[in-house]
Amino acid sequence: MATRANLVGFLAFVLLAAIAPALPGWFISLATIAFANALVVLGLIILWRTGLVPFGQALYYCTGAYTVALLARWFGFSDAIVLVLAGGLMAGLMAFVIGFLLARYREIFFAMLSLALSMILWGVLVKTESLGSTDGFGVDPPTFAGYAPHQQALALALYWLVLAVCAVSAVAVSAYFRTAAGALAVPIRDNEIRVEFLGVSVDRLIHVKLVIAGVLGGFGGALAAMTIGHVDPAMAYWTTSGGFVFVTILAGAGSVAAAFVGSLVFEIVRSIAVDLLPGLWQLILGSVLLLTILFLPEGLGSIASRWRRSKEQAS
Amino acid sequence: MSGILSVRDLEKTFGSIVAARDISLDIPPQQTVGVIGANGAGKTTFINMITGYLKPSKGTIRFEDRDITGHSTREIMRSGISRSFQVAQIFPSLTVFDNICAAAAIAHGPKGTLGHALRPLRSPASVAEAEAAIELFQIARYRDTRAATLPQGVRKLLDIAMAVVGWPRLLLLDEPTSGISIEEKFALMDVVMTALKSRKMTVLFVEHDMEIVTRFADRVLAFYDGTVIADGAPAVALADPRVQTLISGTKVAKAEAAHA
Repeated sequence: MATRANLVGFLAFVLLAAIAPALPGWFISLATIAFANALVVLGLIILWRTGLVPFGQALYYCTGAYTVALLARWFGFSDAIVLVLAGGLMAGLMAFVIGFLLARYREIFFAMLSLALSMILWGVLVKTESLGSTDGFGVDPPTFAGYAPHQQALALALYWLVLAVCAVSAVAVSAYFRTAAGALAVPIRDNEIRVEFLGVSVDRLIHVKLVIAGVLGGFGGALAAMTIGHVDPAMAYWTTSGGFVFVTILAGAGSVAAAFVGSLVFEIVRSIAVDLLPGLWQLILGSVLLLTILFLPEGLGSIASRWRRSKEQAS
Repeated sequence: MSGILSVRDLEKTFGSIVAARDISLDIPPQQTVGVIGANGAGKTTFINMITGYLKPSKGTIRFEDRDITGHSTREIMRSGISRSFQVAQIFPSLTVFDNICAAAAIAHGPKGTLGHALRPLRSPASVAEAEAAIELFQIARYRDTRAATLPQGVRKLLDIAMAVVGWPRLLLLDEPTSGISIEEKFALMDVVMTALKSRKMTVLFVEHDMEIVTRFADRVLAFYDGTVIADGAPAVALADPRVQTLISGTKVAKAEAAHA
């Protein structure tokens, strides 16, 4: 089953990459941001399966974004791959340090503590005038191994880069879910006592999950910063974290693919909602969230598993 | 020191309350020990101290000639001791097979290392161990049933199976028949003890039913007021007047019968 899912995922990424030149520019921009954000959602799914809902994942998103922006501004780094890796690494380091505290908390305490930490970063950035305060600052277009595309070519190159990072991350997270450490998410959610009495540290397992989610958040933020060409403190604000939680509910935590599908659906719905009702687009998004919770409590990802189950029952 | 488990002058206090005191004993390998006593007598405190859940206030615990006094639960579990619980501690969202597979995956290999964490959950070794445990505990018909929906007896067997897949040398069973009907108790214990004997494990089980203790224990530890008041073969320990008066109630029952 895992091999088949990997094959379908691989073909989907190849298809999305191959048809890119034929797709309209607006869709490329939308999909690039959607897939960059999907990386953050993928990290959320890792924690979600363990029963942890972080309301402050924007902390790592913003860290990745500002790492890219500052490396470009202060040190003149422009290579996109180096910048993405640096964004992920810095966010992962932050998650590693914070994890010593955060891994000890559960439920609402975990959620609120993660929120508080992201708001601290927001507060620091807002008060730092040298970093543009609330306005943030611009990020120069990246280069790709010396190649410096512009406009449509840059959008395409970033789209392909985002797809490549997503594909590698999806494979890595799928493999992680099959390991003992990754697959113990549900057991931890179900019964921490039993996991501890089997001889494993639950806090340490959660710490690792926090770091992986942090790295993915950093990748997402780094790619978003290069795509938007700008960073600002709102990337760490609680509404940004709330958006990621929204997409995770929409996608469901059942599969890796759901993160990408959910994020793309979210961006499409948001675009349509803004187009149709510029002043009330949040109303449409709220309604979508409500309908998802009512009719698809396990998210969009559960459509595939429901279809599979009904097929099995029929045969 | 002799025995797989050696305890000396063990004591546990909670403020002014003495939950366990003056416990000294040796348990040889492969012995099956029944632990009896009324509620609050110190049985579970004793087990919790051995498993590291509670740190002793005084005394020493040695397992296989290694001092494990005050070690963490995880360290003790890794050293070759395992336990089941009065209320079965299982993973309700998973199937029976996945419960045991998860336990087997954790139990096998050098724990705490990156290599161990990155091993596949369903490695050939953990799958084989899970299948063997399912057969051993005769729960094959529930293999793909979600644990949340299991009958109480099967939950107990699953809890014990999860403790056994790591091949511990010492297994502690906290009231394995609690919540089980009288008709099912003996059948359940038959399955459990046959399985454990086949793996040559040393077993300590806490039990309130004296018939179960008589039938399955090689030795009885009788707890009263935090300490061991009788220690010996079931026929000897259960015949002790203090045990009959304070724990099993047989002396009281006989007196009442004579009075009637």
